[in-house]
Amino acid sequence: MTGDLSFRIPLGEWVDVVVDWLTSTFDLLFDVIKAVLLALFDGLELALTAPPNWVVALALSVVALYVKGWRFGLGALAGFLLVQGVNQWDNAMATLALVLVASVIALVIGIPLGIWAARNDRVSATVRPVLDFMQTMPAFVYLIPVVIIFNAGVVPGIVATITFALAPGVRFTELGIRQVDPEVVEAGHAFGSPPGRLLRQIQIPLALPTIMAGVNQVIMLSLSMVVIAGLTGAAGLGRPVVEALSRVNIALGAEAGLSVVILAIYLDRVTSALSDRSPVARALRRTAV
Amino acid sequence: MPVLRSEGVFKVFGRRPNEAVRRLRAGSSFEDVKPLGTAAVIDATFDVEAGETFVVMGLSGSGKSTLIRMLNGLWRPTAGRITLGDADLSTISARDMRILRRKRVSMVFQHFALLPHRTIMDNAAYPLALQDVERSERRRRAGEALEMVGLGGWEDHLPSELSGGMRQRVGLARALVAGTDVLLMDEAFSALDPLIRREMQEQLLELQQTLGKTIVFITHDLNEAMHLGDRIAVMGDGRIVQIGTSEQILSEPANDYVAQFVADVDKTRVLTAGSVMVHPTAVVIRGAGPHGALREMREAQTSAAYLVEKDRTLLGVVRDTDVVAAQRAGAQTLIELTRDEVSPVHVDAPLMDIFAPSAETPLPVPVIDDRGRLVGGIPRVTLLEAMAPNDLPTNGTSDDTPSDAADSNGTAGEVAANPVDAPQDADADASIRATGAGR
Repeated sequence: MTGDLSFRIPLGEWVDVVVDWLTSTFDLLFDVIKAVLLALFDGLELALTAPPNWVVALALSVVALYVKGWRFGLGALAGFLLVQGVNQWDNAMATLALVLVASVIALVIGIPLGIWAARNDRVSATVRPVLDFMQTMPAFVYLIPVVIIFNAGVVPGIVATITFALAPGVRFTELGIRQVDPEVVEAGHAFGSPPGRLLRQIQIPLALPTIMAGVNQVIMLSLSMVVIAGLTGAAGLGRPVVEALSRVNIALGAEAGLSVVILAIYLDRVTSALSDRSPVARALRRTAV
Repeated sequence: MPVLRSEGVFKVFGRRPNEAVRRLRAGSSFEDVKPLGTAAVIDATFDVEAGETFVVMGLSGSGKSTLIRMLNGLWRPTAGRITLGDADLSTISARDMRILRRKRVSMVFQHFALLPHRTIMDNAAYPLALQDVERSERRRRAGEALEMVGLGGWEDHLPSELSGGMRQRVGLARALVAGTDVLLMDEAFSALDPLIRREMQEQLLELQQTLGKTIVFITHDLNEAMHLGDRIAVMGDGRIVQIGTSEQILSEPANDYVAQFVADVDKTRVLTAGSVMVHPTAVVIRGAGPHGALREMREAQTSAAYLVEKDRTLLGVVRDTDVVAAQRAGAQTLIELTRDEVSPVHVDAPLMDIFAPSAETPLPVPVIDDRGRLVGGIPRVTLLEAMAPNDLPTNGTSDDTPSDAADSNGTAGEVAANPVDAPQDADADASIRATGAGR
């Protein structure tokens, strides 16, 4: 339109150039990352699919029974039987492996970063916008460079999942540590605790319920990325979902979707039960005489 | 040699602390430097001697919590010097500071600051764990400290299972177990309800008698300050307004701020016999005989006299009627006329302990020193004056003053007894006047 201010910033081209440069310069590094992620995923998937399915289902149900009780154990077993019943067992196990690998890596990065951010305001101020960016940028968008760098397959799925699921791990950890009663931290200092010991003996144990809520969120967000992972050609429940979408196959969509839901409920209940078992959470439940 | 010494210490929180300190030194007020930062502590100078209980008292926001946190290096002063023994806390390295905290100075916190996920035993043993004391030794010493504060048998419980008072006992045991000579107590009893608070104060005084720690105690409650403190520093708006013994602060408040505090205090608990006693009159030395005794009573215009040994050891009281009768009968000595109806009070006794003896005698209550010698007397009118409300309006800053003070130690009963005695008292005075006129 005439009169409109008209100019163009070639931002996209810059990013393109940067990605090209990254791909060529850190080729070796990316290869290593790819190999490691692939090995982790393959190993875990093998462990989940090699034994007869009823053994794995029983084992997972026993975990549920142990952390939460017989009612949840039975529910979990019924859920896994349903997954098998709709013929999604192998896909579900691949997804479980992907989610676990991605979540563990997201936590290994996220929790220390959260601790650092809690202890240093400057780090906190830097990390926050980066996390906002990672969480709000549509996942499909960063899928493009990720696929260019790592090619198709499960690895770009894992990387995209880690990127998306990292934020709550960092945020909840930072929040948890900042919320620890300052007087208790002061007591640690006052009796001469070195910073590392203070972190281990006071800050992390007291922040653990909040950190565990973050762990739960990381896992749930990872699971929500399975469909995206399916787009990159990763094995798992994402693949039948994408397939059902492209062929307008309601039956397959419902079966795969329901399997995701069952897996989600299972992981959510197990992790929240684990956070209830932390020493602080248990201590707080015991009330005054 | 003082254990703790604070010399011209400033602490300013804000963007330009050094500029604020410069202006404060040049005479600016707390309000003047507000734009530069909050002056939490302004020019604090004081010494704490070994074995002393030094109380820092002030309203919330007066800087007392900041001050105590500089005494163990949790905060560094913006300017000035704090020394603990030989160590200069303003320049000490973080590592040396940690060692100093383990060895010299421990702290008790207002909200207890216990580790909720550790047992009482582990909480009490926490300082020892930091000192890398071996486990069995740790348990032994922590067990002793818990025993000392009356928590034997609670070792395996969690803090959440204990009442507030018990939790603070754990806090106290934790501070004691470290074996440091300096104990910082930050509003340690303020979160407890009044009766428990009183109990904890008594326990602290009791422990202090055997342990002899150097204690810096922070409180906003003047009754507590006066009860516990050998000396008291009153803080307002970051400055130490007055430092002195409780009696000095009661009798000569430095300004209106201190006077406001004092208006609230239960004086009978703080003032001692020694601080209100007057020079004793009507004192008869044992050898003086009935004649001398009557002359002394006539001069003092009383109907009785204290009988003392030559070195002023109090023997008792003689009554004019007894002496007159004895003189008529030709007696030469007074000793067999002595009545022990008056219980003397020690010079350090608080006024509240003097009401009962005062009700028994027409004479001023005799005050004796450690060796039983008569050093003064307290006329009843002095007691009544001390009980009277202050000139300043009470503003109720300290929540528990009247009811707590009266209830917990039975003062109410003794106070109530006095008015009943009053008419009888008036009769006694009348009879003194009558005998005086008769002569």
